[in-house]
Amino acid sequence: MSGAPPPALSPRLNRLAPLVIFALLALAPLVAHALGAGHWVSLLTRVMILAIAALSLDLILGLGGMVSFGHAAFVGIGAYMAGILVHEGIGDLLVTVPVVLVCCAFYGAFTGAISLRTQGVAFIMITLAFGQMAYFFAQALYRYGGDDGLTLNARSTLAGFAVLNNKLVFFYIVLAVLVASFLLIRGLAGSRFGRALTGCRDNATRMASLGYDVLRIRLTAFVISGMIAGVAGILLANHTEFVSPAYIAWQRSGEFIFMVIIGGLGSLWGAIAGAAAFLLIEEGLSGVTEHWKAIFGPLIILFVLFTRGGIAGFVARLTNRNGGGHD
Amino acid sequence: MISLFIIQVLNGLQLGILLFLVAAGLTLVFGVMDFINLAHGVQYMLGAYLAVMFITLTGSFALGLAAALAVALVIGLGLEYLVFRHLYDRSHLDQVLATFGLILFVNQAVKMIWGAAPLSVPVPEWLSGSVVLGDGILYPVYRFAIIAAGLLVAGLLWLIVERTKTGMLVRAGASNARMVSALGVDINRLFMIVFAFGTMLAGFAGAMAAPILSVEPGMGDTVLILAFVVIVIGGIGSIRGAFFAALLVGLVDTLGRSYSVDVVRLFTGPAAARGIAGGLSSMFIYLLMAVVLFFRPNGLWPSRGRS
Repeated sequence: MSGAPPPALSPRLNRLAPLVIFALLALAPLVAHALGAGHWVSLLTRVMILAIAALSLDLILGLGGMVSFGHAAFVGIGAYMAGILVHEGIGDLLVTVPVVLVCCAFYGAFTGAISLRTQGVAFIMITLAFGQMAYFFAQALYRYGGDDGLTLNARSTLAGFAVLNNKLVFFYIVLAVLVASFLLIRGLAGSRFGRALTGCRDNATRMASLGYDVLRIRLTAFVISGMIAGVAGILLANHTEFVSPAYIAWQRSGEFIFMVIIGGLGSLWGAIAGAAAFLLIEEGLSGVTEHWKAIFGPLIILFVLFTRGGIAGFVARLTNRNGGGHD
Repeated sequence: MISLFIIQVLNGLQLGILLFLVAAGLTLVFGVMDFINLAHGVQYMLGAYLAVMFITLTGSFALGLAAALAVALVIGLGLEYLVFRHLYDRSHLDQVLATFGLILFVNQAVKMIWGAAPLSVPVPEWLSGSVVLGDGILYPVYRFAIIAAGLLVAGLLWLIVERTKTGMLVRAGASNARMVSALGVDINRLFMIVFAFGTMLAGFAGAMAAPILSVEPGMGDTVLILAFVVIVIGGIGSIRGAFFAALLVGLVDTLGRSYSVDVVRLFTGPAAARGIAGGLSSMFIYLLMAVVLFFRPNGLWPSRGRS
């Protein structure tokens, strides 16, 4: 898939940026309470949940070069399973998490095995098609609200305790999951597997002739990415206490792609910044006018036409200019 | 039973024809320019809205249709000049994202101009009424008119693409645009013609559909995704493929929708059946697409000379 190569980010920036982001997030609730802006905690929780999903997409989109237009399906599976299990009275995370991981792994393995036979545009289209299938399947879940969606009458419990009900505890649990996902994906990226994955992105033919099983490497990344997105789905359902087919709509998948791109393809911490930027722009614009999408759409276009490397690339250029760049 | 089947087949054909009009432009633009235009569905929506506006304004169906087509074309060319032109040499990812942004904008703009509530426009008097097809089977004239108009356009398109010099260049462009450019053809002018033509076709489909559908923001998105399914099944860049695949998708979708309710009802109550079947039947065409891509990654009727 042809794409501009991601800008070279200095190792120091890549070490520092995530630390700064996570430290700011950890302090955010304290600041918010001091300023009396309690609703910011909820907004930031949402930012972090979507950041987890965007991070997982960055694994296959940024590092793997796979433009998946059906990533929202994984988030939807996680959200729906969390909602359904609560609805059926077994909404404990000790049940929910394994069930979601298994479901997402199966869905990812099945759809990935078919989609990855194709390349380029066909891959975009077939992932879109699978996403649409998931969307309409959710609509067909008559018992769980069908088109109208399902309202959760309680949040998931953890070993019987309703820990997610406390806003602050929930915030830090989400932050912990975000940090864990980041470390996991960064660990993967630096491993032999991650190098092989980037190799397949840059030159699949060469990797194949070197003896690597390209399909298997890509499929593994696809499945892992989907499982992480599923966890984000569990958190999302618990945050909004509502799930509906709209979570799986193709526009959601487009938004995830946008988050990864504004962050900077393949930079991982950029995906977190991208999710934050996306939601804060959305929040800011929707406070100004109900027609915020009429401003947001052109912003996306301008962004694509005039920037390269997203937020991560921008910060890299900025720090380079100030002489803080290369070690 | 038979009469219901005939009506559903006709409905399927009519949906297929509309899909073909949208997919033809999409597959040409994609085939010739290697450009993924998610905003193609927007042209369909604009066609419908403009038709509603001009038909109400002029009181004449034919005049309104003509005006709608002209304005849709102007808007399409304006968008090409402002946005699309700068994306032709970008990666597919950039194209997808930028045209996605354009969809957000136009959907919202339509909401601001015409409101979020669905609009409708009556079927013209000279095309209202029904045709009797054997005992007890009535079928609206207007839907026949859509099928006829669509077939006519398909025929014209075939003539242009297969029998004219421009058509020859378009076919050559779909096989190898760079080679055509190297042979001294003004490829940018060719792109412009192809784009304008695709825009007109999508606008025409939207305008024709306006009297039988509710015209609402976002109506283009649904059709766009169906059109993508069509061109992927038919083979990207292939007009012939788009035609057959559009009819196939139209039939599978319509027949699946009408019969799955009966099948699901065998297992559940009628209310649940309608809900469940509505979702399940929408999955059929995506299933079809996945199966086709699995066995024939280049589509069922790939265009010649394209690897």
